[in-house]
Amino acid sequence: MADAADLKPLPLDGLHRRLGARMVPFAGYAMPIQYEGIIAEHNWTRERAGLFDVSHMGQLLVAGPGPEAVAAWLESIAPGDFKALLPHRVRYSLLLADDGGILDDLMVTNTGKSFYLVVNGATKAADIAHMMARLPDGLSLHHMDDHALLALQGPAAVTVMRRFDLTPETTDQPAFADLKFMAGARWLWNGIKLGITRSGYTGEDGYEISVPNAHAETLAQALLAHAEVKPIGLGARDSLRLEAGLPLYGHDLTPQITPVEADLAFAISKRRKADGGFPGAQRILDQLFNGAPRRRVGLAVAGRLPAREGATVWHGDVQVGIVTSGGFAPSLNAPIAMAMVETPLAGDGTALEIDVRGRRIAATVVPMPFRQKNYVREGQQG
Amino acid sequence: MSRLYTQEHEWIDVAGDTATVGITDYAQGQLGDVVFVDLPEAGTTVAKGGEAAVVESVKAASDVYAPVSGTVIEANPALVEDPALVNNAPEGDGWFFRLTLSDPAELDGLMDKAAYDAFVASL
Repeated sequence: MADAADLKPLPLDGLHRRLGARMVPFAGYAMPIQYEGIIAEHNWTRERAGLFDVSHMGQLLVAGPGPEAVAAWLESIAPGDFKALLPHRVRYSLLLADDGGILDDLMVTNTGKSFYLVVNGATKAADIAHMMARLPDGLSLHHMDDHALLALQGPAAVTVMRRFDLTPETTDQPAFADLKFMAGARWLWNGIKLGITRSGYTGEDGYEISVPNAHAETLAQALLAHAEVKPIGLGARDSLRLEAGLPLYGHDLTPQITPVEADLAFAISKRRKADGGFPGAQRILDQLFNGAPRRRVGLAVAGRLPAREGATVWHGDVQVGIVTSGGFAPSLNAPIAMAMVETPLAGDGTALEIDVRGRRIAATVVPMPFRQKNYVREGQQG
Repeated sequence: MSRLYTQEHEWIDVAGDTATVGITDYAQGQLGDVVFVDLPEAGTTVAKGGEAAVVESVKAASDVYAPVSGTVIEANPALVEDPALVNNAPEGDGWFFRLTLSDPAELDGLMDKAAYDAFVASL
């Protein structure tokens, strides 16, 4: 554990402590792990709306002579079809090493003028170094470390956010009421510039809101003033994303794991599958078409004993995998896990066992998400 | 019967040569929501300071140590059905196991309630 004195405070550090958070070291910051309790916070987010401080994550702005130039460069470091990403749309993508290993996962938004990226907190320094080393003349990368990032997640998030008086920054952007899932733009609220995307990492509908540090507490207090909203810590964020089948970087995704092995082939856009041209394309496309040796799967764990990261996965007397993250799923009232398993045993319904402290626990490969996501997709009401 | 405490936040109620062991209210607060307790079977011998049980909260697994050496008589069957008893009644119905003491002299190094409360206040 890092020395508490080495930890950087988040812009909302004082608010977290006043709200009774238990603070823990995470990604070099003191961060709230829980307020009233992980299960209560998890269930509140599933039923109403949770406010998460994710200001430890890296917010980057890549600008250049135009969005086309930035899109072309992004395609040299990640496998998304950014040239086809429309203004004000968001894509999930992967920062790839030259051998096809995953350096990070990230959200990419086309702002219409430039591209806004959100990367993981623990990897942001390495990501920035990786990008700067590859950035061509004419493009610039700005780390928005003067901005906090709040996530409002849950079925009531839309109702709450639409009560805010938000003025569009430009005329060519969607009205806030029309903002679809995986879309985003900038609005003015009480003179404060907010970058809002309808996205998140809990399996719920909701928003991520970028706000200048100086105004972060004003915004957080305004959100918490609504009866549907409570502050939620990192503990519930982890159980929510696990139930949603969403991988966590540094655990389910590492530089030793490719996108195909991570079961994230959807992040390789159709055009990129045909044309390649991204780091590790030869290896990744070979795995895509001819199969990979192992795959990230979901495991339903029998009984009540949680299987945690690092527990070995067995088929008879043969070790066939390892748990990459696991725990207790409050919405399912049962333990679940993600594991990297040899492909022949990665099919849905395969019966496996997990070694937990020398005890063999039955586990079954199941489709993810473990719990149906409540995203409101285009064409749906909302 | 007197209740004693360890620096690892276990409590022990001693009655003659048998004792009941659990974790303190402070400990359950640190652990958060308990979802499973891995308890020792009757007949298991435990050594003072050795691993005796594992508490699984939503976020992590934590060891529970034996405050004294002895032989387990029974584990609390109620914790199998309702692990949240550890959160709701840590120093009552949420007890972990009972044991027969093998060396009552080991109790000498444990804290009484006033000493334990002072220890927690210093954390």
